[in-house]
Amino acid sequence: MPRKTGDMTNHTHSAQMITARGLTKTFRSKGQTVEAVRAVDLEVADGELVAFLGPNGAGKSTTLRMLTTLLPPTSGEASVAGCDIRHDPAGVRRRIGYVGQGSSGGHTQRVRDELHAQGAFYGMGRRETRARAAELIESLELGQVANRQVQALSGGQKRRLDIALGLIHRPELLFLDEPSTGLDPHSRANLWDHIVDLRRSTGTTIFLTTHYLDEADQLAERVMVMDHGAVIADDTAWALKSSLAGDRVTLEFGSATDAAAAASRIGGAIDGAVMTVTAQGGDRALPRWIRELSDAGLEVVAATHRQPTLDDVFLALTGRSLREEAATPVPEPAVTTAAAA
Amino acid sequence: MTTTATTSSTTATTGPAASVRPTGFARDTATVFVRESRPLVRDPFSVIFSLVQPLVFLGLFGPLLIGAAGGDVAGTLQWFVPGILVMVALFGTASTGANLLFEMQTGSHERTLVAPLSRSALLVGRALKEVVPLTIQGTIVVLVAVPFGFRLDVPGLVAGLAVLAVFGIGFGALSYTLALSCRNRDWMFWMVHQTLLFPLMILSGMLLPLEDGPDWMQVAAAVNPLSYLVAAERALLAGDLGSPDVIGGIIAAVATCAVGVFVGVRAMRRAN
Ligand SMILES: Nc1ncnc2c1ncn2[C@@H]1O[C@H](COP(=O)(O)OP(=O)(O)OP(=O)(O)O)[C@@H](O)[C@H]1O
Ligand SMILES: [Mg+2]
Repeated sequence: MPRKTGDMTNHTHSAQMITARGLTKTFRSKGQTVEAVRAVDLEVADGELVAFLGPNGAGKSTTLRMLTTLLPPTSGEASVAGCDIRHDPAGVRRRIGYVGQGSSGGHTQRVRDELHAQGAFYGMGRRETRARAAELIESLELGQVANRQVQALSGGQKRRLDIALGLIHRPELLFLDEPSTGLDPHSRANLWDHIVDLRRSTGTTIFLTTHYLDEADQLAERVMVMDHGAVIADDTAWALKSSLAGDRVTLEFGSATDAAAAASRIGGAIDGAVMTVTAQGGDRALPRWIRELSDAGLEVVAATHRQPTLDDVFLALTGRSLREEAATPVPEPAVTTAAAA
Repeated sequence: MTTTATTSSTTATTGPAASVRPTGFARDTATVFVRESRPLVRDPFSVIFSLVQPLVFLGLFGPLLIGAAGGDVAGTLQWFVPGILVMVALFGTASTGANLLFEMQTGSHERTLVAPLSRSALLVGRALKEVVPLTIQGTIVVLVAVPFGFRLDVPGLVAGLAVLAVFGIGFGALSYTLALSCRNRDWMFWMVHQTLLFPLMILSGMLLPLEDGPDWMQVAAAVNPLSYLVAAERALLAGDLGSPDVIGGIIAAVATCAVGVFVGVRAMRRAN
């Protein structure tokens, strides 16, 4: 998969598909105010696949709901698929597809009927709708349940229907809010085949949120990290990992004294006889360190090397791990790249 | 990977759906109407199922009324069946908002809000759907009563169902409005529903005549649009199409429809 750089000025032939400036949403309920999204700026180029990452309550869905005209922003502005979200919401709606976080099939509707209705919603002709619905039913493996009511589907089957509904009109821009949540590994892989395929054949721009870090890492060309309503990082997964996290190397010694001696030479944190170093290019440094330490009489008895993950990136940015993150919205603004707005 | 390999070829040949059309209210309304009606077509039994309640009233209340009227079966049915028709319209449409309420809590309503559909059509299409079960149910109730001595007047029935349909669209729209303003508070929807429904029903004289009730009841009945509807249905089903009661019923139905659609469309426009 081609990787683009985070530098948005490089796109000569492609226009911006999404541009947002100072997008803000403040909810007021029962005397409490929740700053769900704080002055977010974002740019997504035509044809890009961008993943939006962040803990529960970070403001991902709220941002998507503003961009898809479901929620009026408290302040700020955005242009989506060439239309202003405030002044031309109808224009935005015609051009986008949206798979929300919830289940979007009507519970008393049959799967196939709902796909046909969706085609009609987007002004597709009868024949075209039927053909497209059949195609999606087949490729999203909904054939077994096509004549069943939505309320009788399993969670994963519902999710696949949601995705089919979002794809039926082949939008030029697709918003997916946690599309793979609730899918088994096979369906998840199938969904990704679909997304990759969709982009290859039609150049669809895709903006999605996910909690699967590996998914964002492997498939998105660009990762935006959101925390407490602000975008705190925005680059390729590779760039984020190498600039913010680095490889993690652990070296175990025969004694804590050896470990301390090694740490004073290489630098790193010690925990008993184990020393941990975070460094870029740790894989290449490891054999050299072992050799040098051995020459100095410090024998390494065990060594591990782990490439950084996006979780390490989040940890480096916020001091918290996404894996352990509980749904606790702390009303304290994080370091923000959107501070200018 | 094998399944997608076949899809990609078809996707590539068909290309993107460029059929972006201008949104038209009438077309959108039809689209929404068709979607809402589909479950009825797929599962007609559900329409029959909601007839249980009015038929129970007909079967258990009817004999009591007949007894009170000194055994005049035909006369009592002539008076009682139109009331049951209004009851069908009232109960059937009053709870239709519950479906929207549920769709708001899943993501189904949100999906229709993102689609390029006119907001008004989202409400009007749904409200118009109410006509379908209403007409079927009304017809069945009348047909059930015929063997017991109810005198069927076809033009009267058609006119009666038409007036009822107009009322049903309006009352359905009001139910949707209630759902839209209750959002995720189910309890509030059902509380308002229960609180209003029975007083509206009893104070319309649809089950028992109110002439002998206290003055305050007469006043309440006079401001209850359903009273006029019940009176009009009684005249229409008796074949008395020129009765002044009919005018009152038409006004009540049209007013309910106008108010319901007006507030409903406003609520839908504000929905997010
Ligand atoms: N309608 C609402 N009224 C009040 N507060 C809201 C509303 N919608 C969202 N919030 C609050 O806004 C914040 C951001 O919510 P949002 O749904 O955007 O998070 P998210 O990043 O999508 O989280 P998740 O990963 O759990 O889906 C949360 O604190 C949430 O409680
Ligand atoms: Mg969310």
